Formats: sequence, structure tokens, C-alpha cells
Amino acid sequence: MDIFGIPIQALMGQLLIGLINGSFYAILSLGLAIIFGLLNIINFAHGALYMMGAFFAWIGLAWLGINYWVALIAVPAVVGALGMLIERTMLKHLYKLDHLYGLLLTFGLALIIEGLFRYRFGISGESYPVPELLSGGFNLGFMFLPKYRAWVVAVSLVVCFGSWFIIERTKLGSYLRAGTENPQLLQAFGINVPLMITLTYGFGVALAALAGVLAAPVFQVNPVMGSNLIIVVFAVVVIGGMGSIMGAIVTGLGLGLIEGLTRVFYPEASAVVIFVIMGIVLLLRPAGLFGRER
Amino acid sequence: MKRKILGSAIAAAVAMAPALSPAATTVSDGIVKLGVLTDMSGTYSDLSGPGALEAAKMAVEDFVAKEKPDFKIEVVSADHQNKADISANKAREWFDTQKVDVIVDLVTTSTALAVMKVANEKNRISLISGAASTPITNEQCNDTTVHWTYDTYSLPVGTAKAVVNQGGKNWYFITADYAFGHSLEKNTADVVTKSGGKVLGSVRHPFPGSDFSSFLLSAQASGAQVIGLANAGNDTINSIKQAKEFGITPKQSLAGLLMFISDVHSLGLEATAGMYLTTGFYWDYNDETRAWSKRFFERMKRMPTMVQAGDYSATYHYLKAIKAAGSDEAKAVMAKMRDTPVNDFFAKNGKVRIDGRMVHDMYLAQVKKPSESKYPWDYYHIRQVIPGDEAYIPLSESKCPLVKK
Repeated sequence: MDIFGIPIQALMGQLLIGLINGSFYAILSLGLAIIFGLLNIINFAHGALYMMGAFFAWIGLAWLGINYWVALIAVPAVVGALGMLIERTMLKHLYKLDHLYGLLLTFGLALIIEGLFRYRFGISGESYPVPELLSGGFNLGFMFLPKYRAWVVAVSLVVCFGSWFIIERTKLGSYLRAGTENPQLLQAFGINVPLMITLTYGFGVALAALAGVLAAPVFQVNPVMGSNLIIVVFAVVVIGGMGSIMGAIVTGLGLGLIEGLTRVFYPEASAVVIFVIMGIVLLLRPAGLFGRER
Repeated sequence: MKRKILGSAIAAAVAMAPALSPAATTVSDGIVKLGVLTDMSGTYSDLSGPGALEAAKMAVEDFVAKEKPDFKIEVVSADHQNKADISANKAREWFDTQKVDVIVDLVTTSTALAVMKVANEKNRISLISGAASTPITNEQCNDTTVHWTYDTYSLPVGTAKAVVNQGGKNWYFITADYAFGHSLEKNTADVVTKSGGKVLGSVRHPFPGSDFSSFLLSAQASGAQVIGLANAGNDTINSIKQAKEFGITPKQSLAGLLMFISDVHSLGLEATAGMYLTTGFYWDYNDETRAWSKRFFERMKRMPTMVQAGDYSATYHYLKAIKAAGSDEAKAVMAKMRDTPVNDFFAKNGKVRIDGRMVHDMYLAQVKKPSESKYPWDYYHIRQVIPGDEAYIPLSESKCPLVKK
């Protein structure tokens, strides 16, 4: 059976791959959305921190013998802590200023981090092996699905919807959302808002690092892996609506699928399709698909 | 008084000089200045970049030590960021204000074409090692450019022929969607069909890419025995890595059409074992290549790629030509470079043709299995030496206007 001249089996395969890529978009854009929502910072260092996550996983394995499973927890914790340090020492001075200052600072940070890794590791990067337990794959009939990719989708869905649940459905989440609306009032209720902001930034950064660890066995671990991805992820956040949690998750997965379809029908356009959609969304709904007009 | 003595001393020296060395070199501005213009920090910085600069410096040091020239030599460098406009501007600045005489390396086709044009206008020489496309010595050739190490014609001659002869008849291409990828795909497809193989199709991916699984899936669905990777650098690395993940290899085999030893090094032998590739240089080929490469390793902590070895060879040959010509005027130096065969660790009886192509032997290599690799960087079996005359476009098929037919 064919759809527009493409065998349905091939189409299923491509959609599944789109979903896998969408999982990475979703985790990364979720982190960005959380940070933007509470801190009003457009975190351009997100890609560099994602790259750092992948590199720390590789360094852990190659130099210290730390395996994948430990890295999956330890690396986000370490990079998250580093994020909190950045927030405490640099970002906190910028909250009263325009968005642009935060963007410039984090952009500069991204360049510095990337430059350091490029200096130390070179551009071709390093190879991270797929963990033993997840090597091999399933034969789905229409395609061969590597176990590791299935794992990535599963982790991503759990993490994304877990985060959504915490933010939208728990008491802690309600503080966060209140902080987004009116930090002064929240402070007056006795909540330590600066601490909450620091922890939130740390959490967003940890998500980026987690995506990095997840990506390490799939992509070559190299210093520019983040900057290749970050622009797409920003487009995802804009389409979903800046600061919207559900928007980030759903658009991340959805755009992964659309990109996958483009690769079937017109592969040359697969790098721009997301930006075309971004343009259209901005024209028709400037606040994004899930954003609220302010 | 002092000045007078000094003056007469110089006069005496000048008078004596012709007697001592009959061809004292007249060098413009009293100095030969080499500009290494390359990708210092981007995608191609491992295969050329700082290593290319180091190789050029080594060539200068060796030349000074061995040939004791009567002129001064200086090396400068800059990052061309793989952008044609940046590289053309830098070249112009170097020629106009820095008195640079020659530009070395140039690692993407677009930058090479832009710079060689500017250099030709200003009557300066370009020694291209990193860039790959054939128009450099074909449609867009000029009389002050030498293309040293390899091109997209020479790469498939080894790899594609060998793979077809081994039974890999049906091909599918994954191609980087820009000039270089298209050129490499076309040249390879020609060799495949000529050798009795068949091309089933191709897919073009945006450059640079990171996820190649959809393209690999299309390649898998095509049922081709061989998937030709008409891309380079990190794109090739990620394609190979993901092909393994999706169980495409070893059922279908991959042919990396442009692979450098730096790519194999970063992927590891586990992922690359058994792959064929064509290269202009391998460090572990003979005693001469080993000796030079070990010196390079001392400085860079990496073995040289063919591009870097080519930069050394080209620079040395250029300096020798200045000495022989007794001048650094571009046309005179080019004439000497064409007249003198290239004989060093890089090339044996290499010849710079009228179209600017340096014709030398290429090597068909196969990547070793992890168990066969005995020491660091022990990566290739050299399976075949491809004579220069087979490896490059014959002059009879050339579209270069400098070639008289």
C-alpha cells in the first residue's frame, strides 16, 4: 500500500524516527520554557550545556570508568549544580534588565564553553558506545528499531510529562507558577523566591544535560553538537509559546514528526521546515500555539 | 665614518655575491611570506586547521636548514571560517597590506575558488590542499593555482572501483546538499556505472546534519548493496555511527567517499573496520612517511591527515622553486614548479600539470579490524596503489582553458 508513492512501511519508519528526534526537542525546549517562564531569561547557553552533558558522560566513561546508568543521574546533577553557580554569580544581576541582556550573557557563555571544549577535544569529537543492555534492537516488520532509540523516547516522555505534572498539578508547582506571575507577592507569603529561582534554573540546565547524556550514544559527541540543535529548539519554543510547558512538550514531539515527514517527501527542505512553520505561527498567533497573549 | 665603512662593506659584499652564488634570489620586499588560510575552528579544523599551519612551518624550517636560502621566510595564518567572502577579503588584505606571496591550504571548495581568483588577479600563488572539487583545476582553473593533495575525481577511482569489483554492484548515495557533495556523487556514480555497477538512487541531506537515521532508512529501503556517503567530516562520522546503530551495516556496506584518518580516529575501528577509502597519503606507508609523520606527531600529538602532509609537500616545493627561479614572481615560480618533479615523502615523481593539478599516486586503503591494529594510529591496510595518471582527470578530458588541444 502506498501513500503519495511512498510505501506505508517506509512512512511508518520515518514517523517513528521523527518521534525520536522530537523527544530530544521536547526535553530541550521544556528546559528552556521552564527557565524563560520563571526567570525571564532566554537561555542561549542551553545548547552548550547539552553538549557539556554529553561530554561529561564521555569523560566519565573514558577517564573515570563511570558507566552510562550512573552518568544518567550524576551528569545532570553536576551540570545542574554548575548551572546554579552561573545563576548565582552572573544571571541574578540581570533580572531587572531587558531580556536582551540575559540573551547576550548566555550567548557569550555558550561561545566560551564551546570554545574551551573545542580547544581541548578538537572538532571531530569522541564516540560514546551504546550501553550493553540497550544494544541491538527490535524488528518491527516495517523497520529495525534500535533498543536505545526506544529507550530515549520512553525516558523523554516520562521526564517531560513528569515535569508537566509537577509544575501544573502540585503545590510546589503552584509556587513556581505564582513566582512567574508575581514574585514580590509570593515573597511576602514567606517563600524564598531567590532560592526557588536558582533551583529552577538548575533544573532546566539539568534537563539539558540529561538530553546530552541521552544523545551521547546516538550522535558523535562533539563541541558543536549543541549549537547545531539550539536554533531548532528555540524555534520549537517560539512555536509552542514562550514559557508554556505543555506547549514545549507537544510542539517538540509534533515538529519532530513533521520534520520526519519532510525527510520522506522533500529531504532538501528538512532543515528549514521548522522555521517556515515558525514564520506562519508568528504571523497568525504571535504568542505561539499554546501561549497566552499578555 | 662608521657609515662609510659599513657602506663599503656592503658594496664589497654585493660585488662578491654573484661570484659566490651565481643566482642570488631577488625577492620582492626582501621576504617570502606564506599565508596559511584554513578552517581553524570549524568542521574541518581537525583534518587541516592548526595541523596545516604546523605542517607549513615545518616545511619552512626544513627548507631553511637544508637549502640555506638567501632570503627570509615568514608564515602567517588566519581562520577562513569556510566562508567564501571572509576568505576572499582576508586574501585581499594579505596581498595588499601584508605582502603575502602565497596562500596555503584552503579547505572548502567555495573558499578555494574565491581565493584563487583574487590571487590570480594580484599575480600571487594559491597552493590548495584541503579543498576537493574538480572545478579548481577544470572549468575554473588559472595559471597561479596548484591543487595538491586530492580531488573528487580521484577519490572514487579507488574506492568505487574496488567496491564494485568486490561484488558491490548496486549503489545508493547519501549526499551532502552542496557543491562538494553533488560533485562527489556525480564523479562516483560515473565510476560505478563504468565499472559495471548500477546506481539505484540518492537522497540529499542538509549540510551540516546531525541525525541521519531517516536518510539511512531510505537507503536501507532501496535494497542497495552499497551505501555511498558523499559527505565529509562530522556528517560522515554520524552517518557511519548511526548506520551501525540501525543494523544497516554489516547487511549493507558503507563506502566513505571522503574519509580522513582523523575521522577513523574519532569513530574508532569498531565502527569503521573493513571500510574502503581512498587517500593521498598514509603516515605508516614507508620509512620516509613514518619519519616525517612522527616529527609531526611530536608537535601536534596527532598523526597527519593527507591534507596536512600535502601542505608540507606543497610549501617545500614552492620554496624550492623560488630558489631555483631566483625570484618570487608568481609566473616564474609556477614555471619552475611545473618543470621540477615532486620527490619527497609525500609524492614520488609527482608532476604539476599545466591546469594546476599535482598528479601523484593515490592509495586504496581498507580500515583494519580492532584485532589487527597493533599500535596507536595503526588503522589502514594499503590494498592498492593507484597510479597518478589513472587517479586524475586526463588532460584530454579537461575543460581547463589553459590546456591546449
